[in-house]
Formats: sequence, C-alpha cells, structure tokens
Amino acid sequence: MTHRSETVLDVQDVHVEFSGIIALDGVSFGIAQDEILGLIGPNGAGKTTLFNCLSRLYHPSRGDILLGGTSILQWPAHQIARAGIGRTFQNVALFGDLTVRDNISVGMHALTRGNLVSDALRLPMSRRTEARIRTETEELAELLEIADVLEVTAANLPFGTQKRVELARALASKPRILLMDEPAGGLNQEEVFLLGELMKRVRTEFKTSILLVEHHMGLVMSIADHVVALNFGKKLAEGTPAEIQAHPQVIEAYLGGGDA
Amino acid sequence: MMDIGNTSTRTDPSAAIPARPGIGARFNVIVTIVLLLVLVFAPAFAKNFFVFQMTLWLIYAIAILALNLLTGSSGQVSLGHSAFYAIGAYTAAILLNETGLNYVLTLPVAALFGFVAGFLFGFPALRLTGVALAMATFALAVATPAIIKLHVFEEWTGGVQGLFVDKPRAPFGLPISDDAWLYYLTLAVGVLVFLFGLSLLNSRTGRACLALRDNPIAASAMGVNVALYKTLIFGVSAAIASIAGALSAIAIQFVAVDSFTFHLAILLFVGMVVGGIGWLPGSLVGAAFVVFVPNIADGISQGLSGAVFGGLLLLVIFVLPNGAKQIATWLSAQFGAK
Repeated sequence: MTHRSETVLDVQDVHVEFSGIIALDGVSFGIAQDEILGLIGPNGAGKTTLFNCLSRLYHPSRGDILLGGTSILQWPAHQIARAGIGRTFQNVALFGDLTVRDNISVGMHALTRGNLVSDALRLPMSRRTEARIRTETEELAELLEIADVLEVTAANLPFGTQKRVELARALASKPRILLMDEPAGGLNQEEVFLLGELMKRVRTEFKTSILLVEHHMGLVMSIADHVVALNFGKKLAEGTPAEIQAHPQVIEAYLGGGDA
Repeated sequence: MMDIGNTSTRTDPSAAIPARPGIGARFNVIVTIVLLLVLVFAPAFAKNFFVFQMTLWLIYAIAILALNLLTGSSGQVSLGHSAFYAIGAYTAAILLNETGLNYVLTLPVAALFGFVAGFLFGFPALRLTGVALAMATFALAVATPAIIKLHVFEEWTGGVQGLFVDKPRAPFGLPISDDAWLYYLTLAVGVLVFLFGLSLLNSRTGRACLALRDNPIAASAMGVNVALYKTLIFGVSAAIASIAGALSAIAIQFVAVDSFTFHLAILLFVGMVVGGIGWLPGSLVGAAFVVFVPNIADGISQGLSGAVFGGLLLLVIFVLPNGAKQIATWLSAQFGAK
C-alpha cells in the first residue's frame, strides 16, 4: 500500500438496514486529505446508501462517521454543507426553474450568513453578502466554463452542461470533501475524459478530497488514488487502483456474480 | 428582475432563449413608471366611490401578493389566507376601538400578529405538501369565522355584530378627500410591501425558498434549513395578508365575520393564478380580476353573474394558463428583442 496522508473523513463500521434488508454491513474506510477515493461495486452494493449516510439522509443503525475527528451523526442534513461536505447527485439534482447563476448562488448558502429582515430591507450586511455571492459565482462559472449560460434556466441546458453547473454549485460551498455520485453517468467517452481532468484540477485548486462513486471503471482507475470496493453491503477490498484491478474477489464480483 | 424563478419555464419556449441581463429591463422600468403615474393621478379624475373601489383593489392586490410570495417562492399552496387577513382586520379594529392607537400604527402590529400566526401554522404544515397542505389551510379558512364568533372572543370581536371603526381624515390639511387619502395610504403600503417582497426574493433568503421548492433534498445538501425557510416564508406571507386585512378594516370602517369566509381565501387564490404564480406585479392584475370582473359580470346579467364570472375565469385559464405573467413575458421578449 502506498503512503496516505492524514484522514479527513472516517467511516467506521457503518451499518444500515431497511426493514430487514441489510444495505450496509459494517463498512469502514477513511479518506485522506486531497485524495480522490473511488468507491466501486455492482448495483445494490450499498454505494448510494453510504452517500446518503454522509449527507445525513439516512441514519446508520450502528457505527459512526467522523469528519476531522467529530461525529457528523448528531447534525441535521442542512448542517453537513456548513461542516464542509459538498455533493453532486446521481441523476443531477439542479434547481430546474432557476438560472445557472441562482443555482450556484444557492451553493454558497452554507458559507454565508443572513436573515430575512436584513435581506428584505437590503441592509448593508445583505448587500455585502450579495456582492460576494455575485463575484464568487462568476469566478466559479469562469472556472467551469459555464459563464456564458449564467442567465439560462438550468432545466433548459444539455445534460453535460447541467453536470458542470451541479459541480459548480457543490464547489461554491468550498467543501473539504466533495461527494460525487456517478458523475460519468450519461456522458460520452470524450466527456468522461474531460470530467476526469476537471476533477483532478478541482482537487488541486480547491484543495478538496473527492469521494467518487462510479460505475465507469476507466474513470475510477485513471484518476483515483485509492479505491474501496463494496459488494452486498460489505467492503470487499481496498487499495490502489492496480491492487483492486488484480483483486480476485473484485474480479469475481464484477464478472462472475449474478448480482449486477 | 421582477420574475421569481419561473414555475413554468419547461413549457415556455421563450424561456429557452438565454435572457441576457438588460433584455426587457428598460421595458420593465418604463411600464413601472407609467403604472405608478396612473396609480398616483387616477384619484384626481375619479369619483369618490370609484376611488374607494380602487382602494379595495389595492388591498386585494396586497393580499394576493402575500399568497404569491408564498406559492411563487416556496411552492406551498394556501387556501386559508382569509384567516390571516381576518387576523389583521380584527387586530386593527380592536386596537382602534380599545386603545385609540393611530390607525397607521395598527399596520405593523397586524403584521406582527399575522407573522406569528403564520409561522406557528407553518410548523404543522411542514409535514404536508401539495394537496394535503391546501386542505389543511382550507380547514383554517373554514374554521376562522366560527372561531371569531366564539362566545369567549365576542367581547372583543363583536361576534356576529362586527365592529365599527372611525373613518380616518386626510391629515396635514391635505386638499384631498378622505377616500383619496385612504387610497394613497394603501398605495404607499402596497409599494413598500412590493419592494419588500422583491428584495426578499432576490436575496439569499429568497433563493433558499426557491431552491427548496425546486428540490428540497438538494437544497438541504446546500445547507438550506428547509423547515426553517418554509415556516419563515409562511410567516412573512401571513404578515402581509394581515396588513391587507388591517387596511381593509380602516378603509371599509367595518369588520364583519362574513367577510372572512373561505370564499375570500378562494378569491385570493384565483387572483394569484390569474395574475400569474411567481410574478409579483401580476397580483395587481389578479386583484383587478376578482374585484372588478364580478361587477362587470353583474352588468352583463344580474341573474347569471356567477356564471359569467366563471366563464371569464375559464377563458383566462384556457388562453393564458400562466395568467398575466404570460403576457408580460411575451411583451418583454418582444421589446427586448429590438
């Protein structure tokens, strides 16, 4: 195993059950600082369930999830972003009727402060916040090459562009950890390649760790520093991409099993 | 931008065109100035009774704007805003009769009471969405008159008798009629409420509401406290409806339980739809529809006025499913394209 730097997020023995069906069965792993960690596994392996635990949409029946040493399981879902975990969704979950600008601006909600009265009366505090949101939104749009569609309603954009908007929205909160749920889904070969390049750039420029759930093995193996393989809610293997590719049980799960 | 994130862009082809900032903006400014001039000078050319009717129109517009702010931003549907309107009306009337407070000062008090009532009602409403929420608010509207008539409150509310209020006089020796003064007071409050709503929508708070309407899970993942913002916007909406109610008590100088049945709640809802959900200036159009069209319908056929009103409403919904907003969007695009 290669040397990994300090762990930012620690998943410890997480266990999730849905009315008798075990979705996650004692899964443990850690994400290091500035690392791209690929989480792989056949359909139903528990990848999205784990994501939803990290977003506080599901509560594990056992185990703990630590962010910088503090358990996130006490926090409501809306405090996760403030704590530094940002995410994108499996099939893109933009605010469809809002413009790209407003979508990215909402991404800054957790970073900014404000209240109803100050906002409605345009008090100096709210004006400053607005100015900051405008500037940073435009910077992000430049970076992700969506500046020309800032005023377009998100639902009217092509799927690939929507994914960029979603990434910009997630980055707007300057997350320490970015969760990406199957970002390559629905993209063609060239777009997947560009996505990989973009993710590497994001990792460097935003100094963020990325937890990547992905079916696209090519993408995972080319950009991940570390890979965790799940099957039937259990951790099957963990290691570098090369180690995982050579792992007999992983090969078995992907090629031999009847699950996928 | 006067438009709150379009609720209907998916069916609206004009929205597919990237709206460059500034397109239609000058048009909007011109229309706003013309409209304000008309509103300011209209009383000079109208009889007192018509001025009174215009005051009622503006009061309805404020109440419809309240509803529009709620549904247009957070997507919560209320068929119970007559209850908050009633809270405002009774707050103003009781304060005027019992304490001799200046009538203008009853408005912020009414707003406060309305906010608290709306905020508290927002909590149980959190678990409900769509049709279920509509039903819960409808229940509120149905219960309100009965609660007002309750024996314990009768001493304050006047029960079925209602409450009379003194007519405010035009102050500072202004050379205008009392009716015109009430009209200008209502207009001023309306403009302030409109600006308040507009700023709110274009702020961090407003965007949080719009976001939770479009996708509550994603909004929550962005750090939006969905429950808090849903109840807050419900409170703000109720506060504005309450201000409208207080203005109605002052303008009509009479508060009666029969004015606050669910019929009022439905009228406000109709006004919102006719004006265009999510487009605040549409509240003026919607209010004009619910205030003036019944009179016109009466003129066409007294016996069938309800049928005529219904027919006109059907026509509007078929021709303009997005209400007056649709015309505004179209006009704005026409002028902006030049």
